[in-house]
Amino acid sequence: MATQQTRSLARFMMAPSVVLLFIWMIVPLVFTIYFSLLQYNPLNPIRDGFVWFANYKLFYSNPAFFAAILNTLTIVVSVLVITVVGGILLAMLLDQPIWGQGIVRILVISPFFVMPPVAALVWKNMIMHPQYGVFADIARFFGAEPIDWFGQHPLTAIILIVAWQWLPFATLILLTSLQSLDGEQKEAAEMDGAGFLSRFIYLTLPHMSRAITVVILIQTIFLLSVYAEILVTTNGGPGYASTNLPFLVYQKALLEFKIGQASAGGVIAVILANIVAFFAMRAVGKNLDK
Amino acid sequence: MARAVTTQHKTIATAAAWVVALLIFFPILYTIITSFKSEQEAIQGFNLIPSGTFESYSEVQQQSGYFKFFFNSVLLSVGSTVLALIVAIPAAWSMAFSPTKRTKDILMWMLSTKMMPAVAVLFPIYLIFRDSGLLDSRIGLTVMLMLINLPIVVWMLYTYFREIPGEILEAARMDGASLWNEIIYVLTPMAVPGIASTMLLNIILAWNEAFWTIRLTTTNAAPLTAFISSFSSPQGLFWAKLSAASTLAIAPILIMGWFSQKQLVRGLTFGAVK
Repeated sequence: MATQQTRSLARFMMAPSVVLLFIWMIVPLVFTIYFSLLQYNPLNPIRDGFVWFANYKLFYSNPAFFAAILNTLTIVVSVLVITVVGGILLAMLLDQPIWGQGIVRILVISPFFVMPPVAALVWKNMIMHPQYGVFADIARFFGAEPIDWFGQHPLTAIILIVAWQWLPFATLILLTSLQSLDGEQKEAAEMDGAGFLSRFIYLTLPHMSRAITVVILIQTIFLLSVYAEILVTTNGGPGYASTNLPFLVYQKALLEFKIGQASAGGVIAVILANIVAFFAMRAVGKNLDK
Repeated sequence: MARAVTTQHKTIATAAAWVVALLIFFPILYTIITSFKSEQEAIQGFNLIPSGTFESYSEVQQQSGYFKFFFNSVLLSVGSTVLALIVAIPAAWSMAFSPTKRTKDILMWMLSTKMMPAVAVLFPIYLIFRDSGLLDSRIGLTVMLMLINLPIVVWMLYTYFREIPGEILEAARMDGASLWNEIIYVLTPMAVPGIASTMLLNIILAWNEAFWTIRLTTTNAAPLTAFISSFSSPQGLFWAKLSAASTLAIAPILIMGWFSQKQLVRGLTFGAVK
């Protein structure tokens, strides 16, 4: 059906989006890859020059880089575990007939709409503050010593905050998927004498598998680049205890002006993201064929 | 469901759900409560009943000019969304109605740009912005946010447009509708709900974007994300004020978000979960 004319019209209609995205992502990325092979410091240009892969070698020799990659992965995996397990449980709870379901849903989804700096500051000052926070109040109520979250367990604190932001997302998507589960199937399984656990393992979980995959993939994309939560709470510290890769790149590039190193970090971040993206695209691509 | 639900079962489920929901919502609730306390009250330990003062709200505005940041947030999120729609609607339209062999690849490629971490392009973008005088400018940041969300906008529109049956257009044409009439009476009514949902979700995403909005602004173009981040510097404990500022920053988007739950699932999963 597509004539030559409609095809060129289609191309014309697509061009702005394609060109813009190309300029915005690919061109700067090429620059970053180029910078990553340089020693490049605007504050100290004397030693600037081509150094090939020296910046990448820092990932073996400089503890900050290694710590940053490890922290990045720790954040991603921990938050995924908390949100997926918690999300499944919560979705199953909300799928029950309950009074005031609409309001409960609204309450549960709300943290997702809170901008990251607000979420981080509220948790930092009002919930986790070692002296005035609600956690400290609770600890004192039980006669325990309040925990200095950001001083002693900075990464755990950040993981908790980020998990709080993403649990609603996981819950909402898993609940949507759960609600499309055929009621008759559930009934049939029940009549056949399947217990709660076997119904969950053989019916509910397989039905949700696609939604779980999507939740994992989409969250991973965002979790790989957690930034504002670190900036307003620990600022990466103490030391490098809560510095992830995006935060390290930001520090190297805009605070220390070690552009070569920062760019190498950026390229590593791209590689990490691409490994994830590879799987993500396949999952989403399958849906397109339907 | 034909299964009879016992009242006991429902009571237990309701109680459990409400407890969990309130726990999850608690940090937001406590922020709202604290915003109506005086600074003195705010640090006097756990207390759910504020004295109900509006002191903090007026101070936030007086000391830091809250509404300038609020205005920037509105401008940036709405502006970037509208821009993205203008660019994306033709693209999504042509991909949905006259797909070619390469349509799928193009869509995939667009999505892949979204998966590229922002830090990877931080410095080149920073340089470009600095050298063209776009740092801390509303125009620069609007374009930036537009580009960040463009892949999602194209994708969302595409999944909505794809559901418009092509036969309906042919039928209208057969009935002698002119191209103009076709657009006004047939296409627009069917496309508007999808465009509206896309718009809603993208305003939310742009409003909450907290990497470029913080890094590329200082004062002039700074939206609420940058404003709130400035509270992180230790200048004493002003929690009532922080709460008031936070409440103001999240309230509009929270309310919009409540109305967009369904579209959120669809939009953020690229149509994979409906």
